[in-house]
Amino acid sequence: MKKFAVVAAMATAFLGSTSAYAVDLEVTHWWTSAGEAAAIAEFAKLFEEKTGNTWVDSALAGSGTGANPVIISRIIGGDPMGATQMNTGRDAEELIQAGLMRDLTPIVEEMGGLDFYVDQSLLEACKYEGGLYCLPINIHSWDWLWLSTAAYEKIGQPVPTNWDEYVASWPALEEAGILPFGLATGWPISGVPGVLMSGIGGSDLVLAVNRDKSGDAVRGPEFRKVAEAMDSLRKVISPEMMVPSFGDVGNQILSGEAAGNIHGDWLAGDLQVAGGVPGENYECLPALGMGDQLTGGGDSFYFPVLPEGTDPAVIQAQTDLAKILISPEGQLNFNMVKGSMPIRTDIDLSNANPCMQKAIKMLGNGLLPSGDFALSSDTQQQMQDLNIEFLDDDSITVDDYIERYASIIESAD
Amino acid sequence: MADTAVRMEDGAGVSTRPGFLSRIFLHNLSAKFAALPMVITVLVVFVGCTIWTIYYSFTNSKLLPTGKFIGFDQYERLFATSRWNVSVWNLLAYGAMSLVFTLVIGFILAVLIDQKVRFESAFRTIMLYPFALSFIVTGLVWQWIMNPTLGLQGTMRKLGWDWFSFDWIANPKMVLFALLIAGLWHGTGFCMVLMLAGLRGVDEEVWKAARVDGIPTWRTYLSIVLPMMRGVLVTAVVIIGSGIVRLYDLVVALTNGGPGISSEVPAKYVFNYMFSGGNIGQGLAGATMMLLTVLIIMIPWAYLEFGGKGRR
Repeated sequence: MKKFAVVAAMATAFLGSTSAYAVDLEVTHWWTSAGEAAAIAEFAKLFEEKTGNTWVDSALAGSGTGANPVIISRIIGGDPMGATQMNTGRDAEELIQAGLMRDLTPIVEEMGGLDFYVDQSLLEACKYEGGLYCLPINIHSWDWLWLSTAAYEKIGQPVPTNWDEYVASWPALEEAGILPFGLATGWPISGVPGVLMSGIGGSDLVLAVNRDKSGDAVRGPEFRKVAEAMDSLRKVISPEMMVPSFGDVGNQILSGEAAGNIHGDWLAGDLQVAGGVPGENYECLPALGMGDQLTGGGDSFYFPVLPEGTDPAVIQAQTDLAKILISPEGQLNFNMVKGSMPIRTDIDLSNANPCMQKAIKMLGNGLLPSGDFALSSDTQQQMQDLNIEFLDDDSITVDDYIERYASIIESAD
Repeated sequence: MADTAVRMEDGAGVSTRPGFLSRIFLHNLSAKFAALPMVITVLVVFVGCTIWTIYYSFTNSKLLPTGKFIGFDQYERLFATSRWNVSVWNLLAYGAMSLVFTLVIGFILAVLIDQKVRFESAFRTIMLYPFALSFIVTGLVWQWIMNPTLGLQGTMRKLGWDWFSFDWIANPKMVLFALLIAGLWHGTGFCMVLMLAGLRGVDEEVWKAARVDGIPTWRTYLSIVLPMMRGVLVTAVVIIGSGIVRLYDLVVALTNGGPGISSEVPAKYVFNYMFSGGNIGQGLAGATMMLLTVLIIMIPWAYLEFGGKGRR
């Protein structure tokens, strides 16, 4: 009987996909930088080839701060798109609770479960009252220290292999007129403390702060090291030298204008598009070259519940897209371009660049919950405000920083 | 009641006191009927949404307005947040400077143009031109001009003036003045045109009389013409004031609140927490505080201005 259901479902899927008329499926996302746009195009191509439907691409500028509100207000306002990308985590929590997202459990059952996910903890954010409301499609990690080979050639030093060596090289870099740490204005600084936490503070600290929301852990000696590292970072960053977007920092690193940067792995896509070769033009150190676990979140696709009276073919197109996103082929094509880690490792990753190879190795040790993943957007916004303020205002001491960080974590919901 | 009201209306001219209500509701009925759509809009959109805003600022609503009533918690958090406090202070400082400078510069420019200069309309157009640009464009243009490495400072240094320094936009202590420059560039032209209209509205006879009495021109402007322009001044203050309170897009385009949080404004805080922060309660608490500030300033002023009926 069950077998029959599967066959029937597959048959309808097949029928739906080859039906005489093709439907449009609008997909919203905020992948607008060169590397990101190339990656999403891989999904679009696969979707159109396999189903004959049309992928209507709605790229929204401004990522979490600009695009997220648009996506949310469209769903709340009764004008849902066919599918949308959002961060894996708690941004869409309330939309799911309000019943605005489609339950994907039947599709998953039909596919025979989700055991192929490399880390089941990723799916936690998608689950609500026994249903599954989103599909994580990649794993992103902030935990990367990017280093410029050109800059270290200029000062005649070997490229550092961990955070401590990197910090030790700052005076020589500054003397040579190279920025020790390139940074873009606004949100990029907000990811840095989390990276320092997993690199310098260790996995236990990340779990205690992000998962258990323990203020005592923030006030402890391990986090103090993190705060002190932030303090030393802000001393080598000046507002005049900050660039408008993180992609510009990538260019600074390739040209040797800036020696290093802590930024998420999505920078790799931009470095690649700009012609950088890992190991040659830049080096990447996961977890600052010190830890053995990465913190991660990533992106998920959500399928809003479409209004009544919608063409069943569109709903079928949603189903088809869901399957394609996590299919081995889709995962491979997409992540190779995006620079993120695939959610399944049962695919041929031998073409992955050396940075991704390092990351995939570390995935075996389990994924730590990143701030993006474990904290609500309200808490993330407060953290971002604190970090931006701390970076610029030297009158906020390390102690103040720790105390304020602790109180935000304690009041986190 | 309705019957008596209608009957009273007939004799309204004679007995005013008993027909008071009927005069309010029935006098010039067609005009009131025509105004009805606007009245409904005001009641539903402005008053209704304001009440909605205030109510939900007392709830713990996150992404959707579904939260429970929690009293003043959102406000406690708001006033404990340094970003909010900096924002309020910035708006007050910017608002005071912007109001004073826009009025003073606008008036001086209007007086200068009022001197029967040649090509007056050309000057007027040039002065008014920035007002035709949006705040976003204004902000971007000035961001490039004031950018320390690419803009004016960089250009002057490349030309050999190494000592030249104009880095206000990257300097937390000066960034408000950078905002002010862009704001004034945008707004003074409009203020000037308003003032000019006011100046032109003053009767030529007044000038002749002043000249006969031997009053110096500057004195005539300050002591006679300016007080006569009261209506125009009120209009200008209201327009400039509303521009100050909603200050948002200029900041986003010019500094995006930076460096650090030194040029944040309340509207930006409200927007960030309502949308990207997904905390409607917190955002609405900020919005309610903005409304309250405006009311604290507006109510006494409106009372003075429009309260005493026989004044003008």
